[in-house]
Amino acid sequence: MISDKEVQHIANLVRIELKKEEAKKMQKELSLVLDYVEKLKKIDVSKVKIDFGPVKIENVFRRDFPEKEDEARIKKIIKMIPEKEENYAKVKSILK
Amino acid sequence: MKLESLTIAKIHQLLKEKKLSALELSNQFLEKIEKDDKKLSAFLTVDKELVLSQAKEADRKIKRKEEVSVLTGIPLAVKDNILVENLKCTAGSKVLKDYFAPYDATIIKKLKKLGVVILGKTNLDEFAMGCSTENSAFGPTKNPNDLTRVPGGSSGGSASAVAANMAVCALGSDTGGSVRLPAAFCGTVGFKPTYGAVSRYGLIAMASSLDQIGPLAKTVEDAQIIFDAIKGKDVLDSTSVQVKKMNYDFKASQLKIGIPKEYFKKDIDSKIKTLVKAAIKKYEDLGSKVEEISLPHCTDYALAAYHIINSCEVSTNLARYDGVRYGSLKGKSLMDLYLKNRGQGFGFEVKRRIMLGAYALSAGYYEAYYLRAQKVRAKVKEDFSKVFQKVDLILTPATPFLPFKFGEKKDSLSMQLSDIFMVAVNLAGLPAISMPCGKIDNLPVSFQIIGKPFQEEVIFKAAKNYERGK
Repeated sequence: MISDKEVQHIANLVRIELKKEEAKKMQKELSLVLDYVEKLKKIDVSKVKIDFGPVKIENVFRRDFPEKEDEARIKKIIKMIPEKEENYAKVKSILK
Repeated sequence: MKLESLTIAKIHQLLKEKKLSALELSNQFLEKIEKDDKKLSAFLTVDKELVLSQAKEADRKIKRKEEVSVLTGIPLAVKDNILVENLKCTAGSKVLKDYFAPYDATIIKKLKKLGVVILGKTNLDEFAMGCSTENSAFGPTKNPNDLTRVPGGSSGGSASAVAANMAVCALGSDTGGSVRLPAAFCGTVGFKPTYGAVSRYGLIAMASSLDQIGPLAKTVEDAQIIFDAIKGKDVLDSTSVQVKKMNYDFKASQLKIGIPKEYFKKDIDSKIKTLVKAAIKKYEDLGSKVEEISLPHCTDYALAAYHIINSCEVSTNLARYDGVRYGSLKGKSLMDLYLKNRGQGFGFEVKRRIMLGAYALSAGYYEAYYLRAQKVRAKVKEDFSKVFQKVDLILTPATPFLPFKFGEKKDSLSMQLSDIFMVAVNLAGLPAISMPCGKIDNLPVSFQIIGKPFQEEVIFKAAKNYERGK
């Protein structure tokens, strides 16, 4: 069973505010899944090479060359930014 | 004209022979949506003006005998996590409730060029997380076969729309069964391509190593037509691959089909087992060789690994929804902005997966959870490779149970069990189809065919053999 302190710690890491009842429900649900995945420990993975992808992984490259983006598209994207100033997204100060 | 009888091929014939216009056809579907979607809630957005202008354009092309494809004028529904320019794209979430797509997904660009008529955007579990469409922030979609039951998820809206004849075909996304499961629950064909066969550019990312876009349709031929139209390498998706045309033809009698014994030993509704076994018998009658095989890691272990890998990738992909570029709530400080937008914008299931993912990736737990899950993933792939040296295809039940009632699955673990026969396919990146094979008390049942990487043609051919034999 994952502790409510741990739940609070993770919620903080992922920047999610949980209400009290939500945190309790989250504790139960996370514990359920963590119990279920314990079965993975039964498998012998000592000789397994890690496979991060589904099929063959190949590196794909392109020239590091800036491409001009469509002006209309840029406008559309900026229009949807919640808080903005000219073409910039406005953010609260990070450094005090 | 009965909408139920319309397939892509049939419509194309009618349009060519001028027995029908794309405009008349689209109007019929718009009327159907107007009449039936109130009780089904399959659609989140239907832009009438856009539909009619696309239909008129299709008619213009046909009249002028311009480059017309088999998809010209075909009414298609699109899952609301695939970007269609200027239409809302919500991913079923409050966080994106006012987000308008600034560009088309690559596959949408391709389909528009072929003259498809996009009817609208369909409902889904929030950010494609779920097996029932109950997690949508905008309310659930109903199963047309029984309004008290779920249509499956996460592409529930797309499946419901096709099954209820509110669209001829639809697009969904499949990360752990999200095209195949709702297709099975609603009684349509659902297809997931090999990972990389279809570009993910313009698909709102959930789990980047698992996501694939796939069609839902009434027939295998229709699903194949859509797959052929959307597949292909895309410079904007570095994981996409060009699918080469297969060089050989084969008869049903040349097929070797493997039946994984572990899948049939699981807790499955006995009536589903009976129907799937009947489908296997049909293949035997057609002359295919059927043999028992073993996939020891591909059910419970695959599901456990999937829980972790999916959640880890989700926690990364959804980090961008922080209230700065997406979201609408204001905050007193930067931290407050994050906590509020994510706390109040996301539904519970989304938050649960983000948290599980972050936990599994955090210091001290990374090796025990994430690394181990990826190693088990390698074992899942190994199981399939071994078996595919002996057989061409694998046949399994699609689901362990029939479409369940709303509210029946009380926690995420029991909900995710719906996908137990499907997730291994995504972990290994294989192509697979879910194919209707009967009904139990009016509820649809399907079987699943899994194929070798980039051998979609073999799956389509085998599925068509079954369809013809019915």
